[in-house]
Amino acid sequence: MVAILFVLNIVLIGFLNFRFQAIIVWLQLLALFLTFFYGFDLDFSFIRKKVWFMVSQGVFTTLYVSAISIALAPMLAIVGAVAKLSSNGFAYAIASFYTSFFRGLPLLMQVYLIYLGLPQLGYVIDAVPAGILALPLCYGAYMTEIFRAGIQSIPKGQWEASRSMGFKFGLTMRRTILPQSLPLIIPPTGNQFIAMLKDSSLVSVIGVWELMFLARTLGNKTFQHMEMLITAAMIYWCLSMCLELIQSRIERHFRTKSH
Amino acid sequence: MSENGPIIEMCNVNKWYGNYRALRDINFTVNKGDKIVVCGPSGSGKPTMIRTLNWLEAHQEGDIIVDGVRLHDKMKDVDKVRMEVGLVFQHFNLFPHLTVLQNLMVAPMWVRGVPAAEIPEIAMKFLERVRFPEQAKKYPGQLSGGQQQRVAFARTLCMNPKVMLFDEPTSALDPEMVSEVLDTMVGLAEDGMTMDCVIHEMGFAKAVADRVIFMDAGEIIEENDPVSFFENPQNERTLNFLSQILQH
Ligand SMILES: Nc1ncnc2c1ncn2[C@@H]1O[C@H](COP(=O)(O)OP(=O)(O)O)[C@@H](O)[C@H]1O
Repeated sequence: MVAILFVLNIVLIGFLNFRFQAIIVWLQLLALFLTFFYGFDLDFSFIRKKVWFMVSQGVFTTLYVSAISIALAPMLAIVGAVAKLSSNGFAYAIASFYTSFFRGLPLLMQVYLIYLGLPQLGYVIDAVPAGILALPLCYGAYMTEIFRAGIQSIPKGQWEASRSMGFKFGLTMRRTILPQSLPLIIPPTGNQFIAMLKDSSLVSVIGVWELMFLARTLGNKTFQHMEMLITAAMIYWCLSMCLELIQSRIERHFRTKSH
Repeated sequence: MSENGPIIEMCNVNKWYGNYRALRDINFTVNKGDKIVVCGPSGSGKPTMIRTLNWLEAHQEGDIIVDGVRLHDKMKDVDKVRMEVGLVFQHFNLFPHLTVLQNLMVAPMWVRGVPAAEIPEIAMKFLERVRFPEQAKKYPGQLSGGQQQRVAFARTLCMNPKVMLFDEPTSALDPEMVSEVLDTMVGLAEDGMTMDCVIHEMGFAKAVADRVIFMDAGEIIEENDPVSFFENPQNERTLNFLSQILQH
């Protein structure tokens, strides 16, 4: 019976055009997942009771930490990429040490190192600032490589044309090189932003009351872990989809602009 | 400086790429209003010479003085020279993310600091000068090679340069587009622009040049007015070169 429905479903969908195919298959997969979660026999009244606190406290903190990190990481990345491409030995060495170090350590360890390490040096740091420091430092290192590749993909002639007209370095970067490398930089950067949003959950280990922290703690008292984890998972997913949507908007904007 | 004073002077200029000596003791002067054509076999260092004149390639020995400014490590001086010297490239190097009109507007806007209201007018004036006003809203990728090169001329003209350097402006073009670009260059010459051109079309040299310079292996071998240069070359290497290219 299930098998017949399944085959019929596939045959019917086969007749639709691409757009409807995509939408219907999406919805069906989603429904499948939801029935899977229903199977866990969740206590929905408990979820309803806690979800508002989770959103107001948890989502707010998660977004706050991620947004600041998302703003800071590209700035680090541009500076890092320029330094890595420069002919100045100091700049290159510092930038490549930075990318090597922060890409080489697990993010969780960086969070601990900053939160527990800085006080050893005499700088006592709160949990939230520690998290906000760790995330952009780590992702800035990954994005340095993305930006470097984007900048390098622009032909040498574009530099020469700009410089020969009297553009200084900064102007060349801003007006010629970055606008042309953005279409290449944006897709992987969008990926990084989504990853950053989810990796902001790592700062829960140092006690920041963000989404993950609440998901682990709210259900503790009554042993209703599953309810809270699934709720948090759904919230993370929704937030990521928002970022995906923004990314595809921006990509479309660039596609129409370059005819 | 007098009306016809020197605008470019090279004194004993030497340049190396690593161990390879690309320019040897170049001595060379361009006066205001001069039209110079540089020719020579491949590997002779013609583009290298042109590109050292606004320091896209740095030289190591000797003096290069452009419009009274000596080119050396100080970027401020280099940028001053670059504002006065327009360079046209073999591969056009238009900005693909900007329209034709925007390509022309960047130099007046960001380098010259011309008031924003006057810029479109300047840009259209030079587009008309290269006979290309209809397609100001297109992107470079939508144009043919010859059209792109003419836009590149106009972009350079918008800087209001005192000299224009041409780095093989026709060699990346399909044969049928060479003449439209050459015509534009002849037009510029007639308007009195100071020009220093590396170019393979000897017809252009005969028609327009005040002086022709022959280079080989990084040296200037011979420098003469076009009639004497083509009719009566002094050096054996010049003779060889001319007999080779005139066979085609
Ligand atoms: N960036 C560079 N690095 C190393 N060698 C170069 C570079 N540019 C040019 N050369 C060398 O210098 C010589 C002269 O080159 P060029 O000025 O392009 O002359 P031409 O166009 O007459 O061949 C060539 O032999 C070339 O191999």
